[in-house]
Amino acid sequence: MNFWAYLARRVALMIFTLFGIVVITFIISHVIPADPIGAILGPQAPPELVEKVRHEWGFDRPMWDQFVDYLWKLLHGDLGKSIRTNKPVMSDLLYYFPATIELATAALIVAIITGIPLGIISAVKKDKVPDHLSRIFVLIGVSMPVFWLGLILLFVLYYQLGVMPGPGRLDPYITPPPRITGILTIDSLISGNFDAFKNALWHLILPSFVLGYYSSASIARITRASLLEVLRQDYIRTARAKGLRERIVLMRHAIRNSLIPTTTVIGVSYGSLLEGAVLTETIFAWPGLGRYSTGAFLSVDFLAVMGSTLLIALVYSFANFIVDIIYAFLDPRIRY
Amino acid sequence: MSIKDFLRGFRDFLTSEDTKFTLILFRRNFLNIVGTAIILLLVFTAIFAPVLSPYDPIAQNMDERLAPPSWKHILGTDQLGRDILSRVIWGSRISLLIAVVVVSISLLIGLFLGTISGYFGGWIDEIIMRLTDMFMAFPRLILALAVAAALGPGIFNTMMAISFVSWPLYARLARATALQIRNETYIEAARAIGASTARIIFRHLVPMTLPPILIQATLDMGGTILTAAGLGFLGLGVQPPTPEWGVMVSDGRRFITEQWWVSTFPGLAILLATFGFNLIGDGLRDIMDVRAKR
Repeated sequence: MNFWAYLARRVALMIFTLFGIVVITFIISHVIPADPIGAILGPQAPPELVEKVRHEWGFDRPMWDQFVDYLWKLLHGDLGKSIRTNKPVMSDLLYYFPATIELATAALIVAIITGIPLGIISAVKKDKVPDHLSRIFVLIGVSMPVFWLGLILLFVLYYQLGVMPGPGRLDPYITPPPRITGILTIDSLISGNFDAFKNALWHLILPSFVLGYYSSASIARITRASLLEVLRQDYIRTARAKGLRERIVLMRHAIRNSLIPTTTVIGVSYGSLLEGAVLTETIFAWPGLGRYSTGAFLSVDFLAVMGSTLLIALVYSFANFIVDIIYAFLDPRIRY
Repeated sequence: MSIKDFLRGFRDFLTSEDTKFTLILFRRNFLNIVGTAIILLLVFTAIFAPVLSPYDPIAQNMDERLAPPSWKHILGTDQLGRDILSRVIWGSRISLLIAVVVVSISLLIGLFLGTISGYFGGWIDEIIMRLTDMFMAFPRLILALAVAAALGPGIFNTMMAISFVSWPLYARLARATALQIRNETYIEAARAIGASTARIIFRHLVPMTLPPILIQATLDMGGTILTAAGLGFLGLGVQPPTPEWGVMVSDGRRFITEQWWVSTFPGLAILLATFGFNLIGDGLRDIMDVRAKR
């Protein structure tokens, strides 16, 4: 199968998966016994009013009709209106999403620049002290409750020592730049507001380290495993046999090839970063999708729940898609 | 009788030379021993919680609210004057219960669907695998949150929500092994002497899929404790006054600047329990990986 046929098949698979995601979220929000009417009106509402609202929101129509209707609106970019904010879910999502993108991207950068070197050191020094230390670091990383780590670091580094900024995206005395992309570091650069840029970057450090730790651990783990695999290959033995220095063997032959599986994990990490953002944003008062969706979950704001779940799942499966394509591109031996 | 077949297959698996050899290798690594010790401690604490905890975990005592760690209250007290050590000890029961139930449910569902999928192939396989694809396209915590929000909070719903999102990985693992061995000679031989499909699946196929699945289950125990704590922390999981670790961390958030102990100790408990399961799972996986390459 050539690359284009593979691409076509992969696109078809993604569309199918996305449709499935819509079905599952619809079932969760419409069939499972939550009480959206109760959430809109409160428990004391008179029956006539309940009936009226049921009709208004279309809950009295057959499930199938409701689904087709939802799908139709979805295809036109209409996710319905949030009960809590009384605004279209779509505009809410567009408002909160950039802050999450900023945080998740920063966390991914942290994870890559710490995870890959750690994995390499661990593989090169296999079964020696650096390897053991890195294994402990990795296992603590995947065992860490992010909400707790964030809380403790905020307590020590902000409240106790004062070396890190507090929660939020900017200090209160900084004038925020005009909203262009919604990503503060970029907006402040565009508008030439360097004070805001420095401050925004400063505020980004702690949450992105907290969020990135988990991904850093999984990137280190896969880098180690795949580098060990590559180091067993015949062409590495050949390179050593012809007298290349170990550093050249590593840099030119081993590490490059070992990074192919790492790209997969990096892509998948982006999805789990969005997920971790839900917890991290709560701790750091970060006005992103995570905090928005948590609020929606807690108040059974079911259209907002559906919308944010769909958006996160969409980004998640799109990241997986990109990874698969890059993978097929980087390693020509892989064809499905 | 297929349950009997399954139990026999499971016994064969436990007493096989393979399993013994794995255990010998497992005991050689120091970190594996540490992990085992942590989990034994966790199980011990959970079983003997009533004996070990110095106070009632739910009893309020407003005279001693937010007391710092002292000889009377080794880990201090929370905003309602409840002894944190006792709450952390009782919390081990909740976390372990959730982890065991969730992993068992999702393992059984996954094992069942996965072996069927791999053994029969064809359109059954296609349907089951597309279904797992869909579920795996969701980030786990988000889907669990959505389900928990729809079902409403509580310990039972927490377990349902996490199980709902955890089974696909087991289905994948079981299918991969079933696919690999369904054409082996001994399966064919069993079929030739007239063994029923159920017997082949439970007696011969399922035991073979167990090693990778049990490793995944160990790692998942840790992951489940984390997810459940996350749900509790956000207010969508186990509800107060039940002493659940995630809820306890969340309780202490308001006091973190002055009374750091309220959040710190339950969080450490989450970290320690998850770390223990991950040490064991990782150690087992290392052994499997090395042996697979020989």
